[in-house]
Formats: sequence, C-alpha cells, structure tokens
Amino acid sequence: MSVIVYIESQDQEIKKSSLEVASYGRAIADASGTELIAVSFGLDDTSILKHYGVDLIYAISTEEEVYFNSDRLSTTLAKIASEEGSQIIVFSSSANARYIAPLTAAKYEAAYFSNVIGLPLSYKPLTVKRSCFTNKAFNLSTSQKDLAVLSLSSNSFGIIEKEGKGLSKSSAYQESTSDLKVRSVEKTANKVTIADADIVVSGGRGLKGPEHWHLIEDLANVLGAATACSKPVSDMGWRPHSEHVGQTGKPVASNLYIAIGVSGAIQHLAGINSSKVKVVINNDPEAPFFKAADYGIVGDAFEVVPTLIEKLKALKGV
Amino acid sequence: MKILVCISTVPDTTSKINFVDENRAFDTQGVTFIINPNDEFGLTRAIWFQQKEGAEVTVVTVGDSSCEPILRKCLAIGADRAIRIDTVPQDGLSVASQLADLAKREAFDLIITGRESIDYNGGMVGAMLATFLKIPYLANCIHIEKEGDRYNLEREMDGGKELLNGSLPLVIGAQKGLVEEKDLIIPNMRGIMQARQKPLDVIQPQEIKVATAVESFEKPPAKGPVKLIDPTNIEGLIDLLQNEAKVL
Ligand SMILES: Cc1cc2nc3c(=O)[nH]c(=O)nc-3n(C[C@H](O)[C@H](O)[C@H](O)COP(=O)(O)OP(=O)(O)OC[C@H]3O[C@@H](n4cnc5c(N)ncnc54)[C@H](O)[C@@H]3O)c2cc1C
Repeated sequence: MSVIVYIESQDQEIKKSSLEVASYGRAIADASGTELIAVSFGLDDTSILKHYGVDLIYAISTEEEVYFNSDRLSTTLAKIASEEGSQIIVFSSSANARYIAPLTAAKYEAAYFSNVIGLPLSYKPLTVKRSCFTNKAFNLSTSQKDLAVLSLSSNSFGIIEKEGKGLSKSSAYQESTSDLKVRSVEKTANKVTIADADIVVSGGRGLKGPEHWHLIEDLANVLGAATACSKPVSDMGWRPHSEHVGQTGKPVASNLYIAIGVSGAIQHLAGINSSKVKVVINNDPEAPFFKAADYGIVGDAFEVVPTLIEKLKALKGV
Repeated sequence: MKILVCISTVPDTTSKINFVDENRAFDTQGVTFIINPNDEFGLTRAIWFQQKEGAEVTVVTVGDSSCEPILRKCLAIGADRAIRIDTVPQDGLSVASQLADLAKREAFDLIITGRESIDYNGGMVGAMLATFLKIPYLANCIHIEKEGDRYNLEREMDGGKELLNGSLPLVIGAQKGLVEEKDLIIPNMRGIMQARQKPLDVIQPQEIKVATAVESFEKPPAKGPVKLIDPTNIEGLIDLLQNEAKVL
C-alpha cells in the first residue's frame, strides 16, 4: 500500500507544482493510512521532499539522458508502482506530466483522472472531482480499478509543509526500445511559463498590434508573470501560438490572471476560468469579461497599463 | 501510407452546458455538435499527407448513430472512408481499447488523435491507444513531416518545443499549430456530394473495457459581481490585489 507522486524539476530545482503534488499525496496517504513515495529523475538533491511529507524517495539517475523520455519515465514509474503495491499515482498538470500520466496508467489499464481539483471524496471506491467541458462544469468520477492515476490541476490544493520519513531507495531507469527520439529542444528565452506562473498577463486584440506588446511584457516583468494572448492575436501572428490560451489553447490556472483588451469570449473564458483571481482592463463596459472578472477597470489600456506598471515598479522599488 | 484519424463529437464551443437526469447526463437539447477542434487540426494534417503523398485517410469514431453527421463532415473535408464503432463510450480507456482492436486488424502507419476532447478533457486516448499497440506516442504534436524514410516531429512543451525524429507506426496527439487556423478545410458543395458516396462502415465493438464511471455533474457556483475600480485610481486596484485578494 502506498501513494506515489511524480516529482519534476528544472535546472536541479524542484518545481512548485511538484511540491503541491507532494502535499496532496501526503494528505491522501494520511487519509488512507499509507506511505507517501516520491519519484524524481535526474535530480541530485531531493532532501527538501522530506519536509513536504515524503516518506520514501526514489531519486532515479537518468545517466547520460538529457532529454525528456516519455517511454523510459512512464515505464520506470509503472515498475516502481507495481513493486511498491501502490494504489494511487499523482502527477501535476504540466505538459510533461500530462504526457506520461496516461502512458503510465495504460500499462495496467488503470483508472486515469485528469484535471482533478481536490482531495478524493471517498476511497472505496475512489471518487474524485474533476473539471470538464473546459472548466464550464465538474464531474464526480469513480474508479473501478485497484490502481488509479490522477493529474492534479495546478493551484487547486496548495503547498503544505509536513515532515515525512524522508528515507531513500534506488531503482533502475528502465530502458526503451522506442525509436522516437528527441534531437533538440528550443526554449523560449528565459521566461516564466504559463504552466508554472502564479500570475499571467494576457493581451487581446484591443492592444491593436504587436508593436504595443511592450505593455504586456513590462507589466509581466514587474510582476514576475508569464505572458499570454487571445486566439486571434496568435492567429494574426502578433504573438507565438504557445501564448494562446483558452479552450483551444493552453489552460491557465494561475492565482492571478490579468486580461488587457480581451473581450472575454466564451472560448477564452473557458480556458482561464480556473484562475483564482481575474482582473480585466477594457474600454468597453459591456465586454463579457466583466461578468467573469473579480476586479475590473473600464478604461483605455494605453493609459491604464503604463500607470499600473509605474506604480508597481515604485512599490517593488525597481 | 495509411492514416487513421480518431474523431470525437463534442458540443460546439459556444454551447450552454446543462445537465439532466438529476445531473447524471449532459443535456443535448439545443446543442450543436462539432468535430472536436483538436481532432480537426489532426484531420487537416492527414488530408495534407493525402494530397502530398497519396496517403489513404480513414476517420473513426466510437459512438452511436448520432455521430454519423460528423463522420460525413469528415468525408466532405476529404477523408476517404469512415468507420463507426457502434457503442456509446464510457470513458477514455473504453474508447482507446476499441480503437486498438480496430488498429490491430488494419495496419495503420500513422494514427492521429486530438490532444484532448473539449467535453471530457480526458487527454488520454492517444497515449492509451499507443500503449495498447506497443508503438510510440507523441503528445501535443505541432509538426510532422517526412524526411527520407523517417519523420521529423515537434512537441509543444511548457516554455518551448522539442524537435524529434522517429519512424512509423506512431500515434500523435494533434492540437493547434499542427496546421494553421487558416488551413482548416471548410467543405464545399463538391466535397459534400462526394461524401455521400464514400463508405461509412458501422462495426460492432469488441470486448468492452472500462476503468472509470461518471457519477454526476455540477456547474461552478455563480460568481459575485465584478468590483469596478476607477481608471484614475490605480493605487486602489493594487491595494485590493494586495490586501483583499492577497495575490500580489
Ligand atoms: C472553435 C473556436 C475556438 C476558439 N478558441 C479560443 C481560445 O482558445 N482562446 C481565445 O482567446 N479565443 C478562442 N476563440 C475565439 C473567440 O471566440 C474570440 O473571437 C476571441 O477570444 C476574441 O479575442 P480578443 O478578446 O482578443 O478580441 P476581441 O473580441 O476583438 O476583443 C478585443 C477587446 O479589446 C477591447 N479594447 C479595444 N481597444 C481597447 C483599448 N484601447 N483599451 C482597452 N480595451 C480595448 C474591446 O473593447 C474588446 O472587448 C475560439 C473561437 C472558436 C469559434
């Protein structure tokens, strides 16, 4: 009996979403009276995991492998889950985690639940609440299997410090016969990603053209935020596709979402609705976004945003 | 080259989402159904391979007869033939296992699923299907092109993209970026006429496997009204974000 959490890191630092997943796994382990096991890959220092409730740590050495290998990762996770007799494996909702979670589940024809938004409502059978219809609704789903794989929606549980046993164990990084191989990675210049960001600043067609995007970038910089955009903005090539958020773009579940010159079409709102606090700046008081937002300014972005940047800079002393 | 594109039928993106039967079922009253947008990007790329390299494009859906108009639409867009596996899907595993049974009988070189469907947002069918077929899966695929006898592919990840190389058979999870929005094909009269003549085969499901069940649905709680701040009072906004919402 045990709960497994998949730990992700970037540049040898454990991601915040993984600390959230560990905290969540701890709560499940407590509720079901079992141990919490963490599995990390290519991470040298795993000592902090003990403070987020982890009892046993598998720090898998990925040796010469520098790229993300979905096959080797999911096979290794599945093997550990079977050796440890785990009932639940928890992943974050990062793109990588959502890639390997269903691969891991499929190896045992396990139950897989994505977009889980809180602790299970029962354990026998396992029942979870997850979002569906791109955040327009939720459903309660039950597992009919002994093993369930969950991917937890970001910022839906929070990070909770709690001491675990912090023991460690080793296991081999499983081989792969797949000939689908990563050749290289192109990273968007050292920026906060939408998936990892606490704050996302998003611009719409109301900004009139790519030449005005310094407003979005400057605001994002002073807030340490990621930048995003509406679909037409990426369709017109003002911004890269990777910034397109909404029903057909990336999902956003940040703590703060600031929409500037975005009308708030149903498809846009669907993708960003699980953000905790929403702010809209739009010169049209009838824009649908005002119905979805917590705070709003009816005003011209070209006047409001520069002032907002200036005041925030003064506040942060930069 | 034989391509299979797996199609999910979903409510139009502007649909009002309501539930009936004591919140146990989705209310289809007045809802228009469309090809799942992610699947449509995949289908469009498949048609590109058909036109460029003579690929044969088959579309498949797991569902009852209400899905047939959507399959006809795929044929009008340019698919060569359609298959409907006649069972109402219960979860992602049930869909993936039916598709795997079909794919084991017919050797497809490339199988395309959407990154996720916009109704259940499971994001699992492609990965499970590939696992059952013991072939590789590439999620969030934004590029696939032939180079010699191999393929160059790209995956969008958080904060960038990966460039990959692999060979067929392969399953990919399609999404926006695999083709541009402007390349999506709107069926013309000729396509619609031809679609009527193309084969749409209905086949019986194999052993039904299920891992999860939806017990009930609920809608998010109604949201309170927006707090409006005067555009001359930016400090007021910052103060609310810091001290009321506590997000700064
Ligand atoms: C199948 C489908 C899927 C879709 N998926 C998505 C999706 O995933 N994401 C998405 O975003 N959209 C999506 N859309 C498109 C969506 O319907 C809207 O068209 C789109 O979101 C509108 O983008 P926008 O808000 O930037 O532009 P607009 O609707 O043009 O809004 C611009 C806003 O800027 C305001 N404005 C103008 N000037 C100023 C100024 N000086 N200062 C302040 N405000 C100003 C205007 O009042 C207006 O409200 C989808 C559509 C379809 C059909």
